[in-house]
Amino acid sequence: MIEVRDLSKRFGSTLAVDHLSFSVGPGIVTGFLGPNGSGKSTTMRMILGLDHPSKGGTTVNGRPYGEIHRPLHEVGALLDAKAMHGGRSAYNHLLCVAQSNAIPRRRVGECLDLVGLDTVGRKRARTYSLGMGQRLGIATALLGDPQVLMFDEPINGLDPEGILWIRTLLRSLAAQGRTVFVSSHLMSEMALTADHLVVIGRGRLIADSSTADLIASSSQGYVHVRTPDVEGLATRLRSAGAIVDTDADTMRVTGLECAAIGELAALDHIALHELTPRSASLEEAFMELTKDSVDYRTDATVAIAS
Amino acid sequence: MTATTTAAPESVNTSPTRSIGLMNVVRSEWTKLRTVRSTYWTAIAAGLGTIGIAVLGATEYVRNFTPHKLDDGFDAANFILQGLYVAQIALGALGVLAITGEYATGMIRTTLTAVPQRRVVIALKGLVYLVAMVIVGETLSFTTFGIGQAILHSKHAGVSLSDPGVLHVVVGGGLYIASVGLLAFALGTLVRRTAGALATFFGVLFLPSALIDLLPNSWRTAAIKFAPANAGTQVLNRWRLHDMLGPWQGLGILTLYGLVILLGALFLLGRRDA
Repeated sequence: MIEVRDLSKRFGSTLAVDHLSFSVGPGIVTGFLGPNGSGKSTTMRMILGLDHPSKGGTTVNGRPYGEIHRPLHEVGALLDAKAMHGGRSAYNHLLCVAQSNAIPRRRVGECLDLVGLDTVGRKRARTYSLGMGQRLGIATALLGDPQVLMFDEPINGLDPEGILWIRTLLRSLAAQGRTVFVSSHLMSEMALTADHLVVIGRGRLIADSSTADLIASSSQGYVHVRTPDVEGLATRLRSAGAIVDTDADTMRVTGLECAAIGELAALDHIALHELTPRSASLEEAFMELTKDSVDYRTDATVAIAS
Repeated sequence: MTATTTAAPESVNTSPTRSIGLMNVVRSEWTKLRTVRSTYWTAIAAGLGTIGIAVLGATEYVRNFTPHKLDDGFDAANFILQGLYVAQIALGALGVLAITGEYATGMIRTTLTAVPQRRVVIALKGLVYLVAMVIVGETLSFTTFGIGQAILHSKHAGVSLSDPGVLHVVVGGGLYIASVGLLAFALGTLVRRTAGALATFFGVLFLPSALIDLLPNSWRTAAIKFAPANAGTQVLNRWRLHDMLGPWQGLGILTLYGLVILLGALFLLGRRDA
C-alpha cells in the first residue's frame, strides 16, 4: 500500500508536483500516467525518500520510507536502468545490495535467473544494453521479495519480447497480491497492463480511476461524414443537437449516431457519400486528458512550415 | 523466459521493529570497495610509486655515499618514505571516487533506497574505506621501509625500527595515508562530483604552501603550521622541526580537518535531494 497525501515539490520557481493525493492498493497493477516532465519520477523519488517533499508526504505500508529499516524486504524499486556502477558485474551489484539488507546470497542467483541474466551475470554492467540494464534493475527490485513494487518507465529500451515479458511479470506480481505501481508516458501500454490508472499532468492529479472507466469516459467517438452539401447537413445536424466540425466536403460529427445522421439527411434529401463511425484511440483519450498540462508541445504544422 | 513467481527467501525478517543492522551495511560497503577495478589500480599505483621511489633514492644514496654524511642529521626513515607523497595522491583519489563514483553512475540512488538512513550508510562507507586505508597504508609503509633500509644497510647508513623516533615515522606513515584518505572521502561526500572533488582535494593539499607567501607575516607562522599537509606530514620526521607541530599533534590536526568536513557533509547529505 502506497499513500501520497497532499504532496508538493518545488524546484526553484517550478512546481513539479502540485498537491498530489492518491493511494495505490495491493493485488492490481496501478499505472502512473503522464506526459514527460509531468512529475511522475519526482513523485516516485519522494515515495522512496530520495527527494524531500516541499509539502505533504508519502507512506509505504503506513510509514514514511525513511523510517523503514532494511526496506528492500517491503519495497522494491526500479527508478532508472543506470542506477548502478558500470564497473561492477551484475552479480556483485546484486550482492552488495542484498548484503545491505541481510538478504541471503542465494537470492542473487535466483534473481539473475528470474530476469534472464544468469549467463551474463559475471560481465560488467557497463557492457549491458539498455534492455539488459532494465532487467538488472528489475532483479534489484525483486531481491528482497517485497510486497510493494515500483517501476519507473520499465519498458524503456526493451524489445518487443522484453515488453511482453515485463507485462507478464507485472501482472503475475499483482496476481500474487503485491502492490505494483508502474509509471509510463504510453497510454496504449498502460491500457494493456494496468487495472487502475493515476493520471497526472504538470504535477497535478487529472484522473484516478479504473482503466476501463477512464477509456470509456474520455474516448469520445465521432462520425466521419462526406457529402456534397456540407452547409445544409451541418445546419440540420446542429439543430438536432450534434457538434459539427466542417471541412470542404467532409464533417466530423459528435453527439449523433450514424443511423440518426443518415435519417436526418434523408429527410432533407441530402446525398451522403460516406458515413463512417470512428472511435478515438487511447492515445487521443490521453492527449485529451492531458492537453492543458503538456510542458513542451510542438505545433506540428508550425514546425513543418518553418 | 517466463515471468513466474519470485520464491520467497528464507529468513526474511519483515517485522517492523527489525534493526538497520550495521554489520550488513559494512559487509555491503566492503563488497562495493573490492568489486571495482579502480580500488586495485590505485593500490597498485600507490605501491609501485612508493617502493619505486624508495629503491631509486636508496640506490642513488648508496652509490654516492661518503661516511661523513651520517653525521649531518640525515633522516633515513623519512628519506625512504618520500614515496608516500605519491601514494597519497592515488589513494586519496580512491577515497574521492568511493563516493563520487556512486553519484556519477547513479548507484547512489540504489544505495540510499536500500538503506534510507543516509548518514549511517555514508558514514559506514567512509569507515570501511578508512580501515582499508590503514591496512594499505601500514603495509606500504612497513614494506617500503624494509626494502629501503635493506639497501641502505649495505653501507651501514640505514636505521632500524628500534632506533629512537623511527617507529613513529613508519607507523605514522601508514596513518598519514589513512588521514589524507579521510580528507579525500570527506571532500568527495561534500562536493559529490568527481572532477570538482578531486580539484578541491588537490587544492587543499597543495595550494596552502603556494599561497602562504601572500599572507601577512604575523599569520604566516600559524598558517604554515596548520596547513593540512604541513600538519599531517610532521609525523614523517624523526626529529621534531622548529616552529612546526609535533608528530601526533600534527596528524591529529589533519584528521580533525577531515572529520569536521565529513560531519558537515553528512549534515548536508540528510537535507539535500539525492
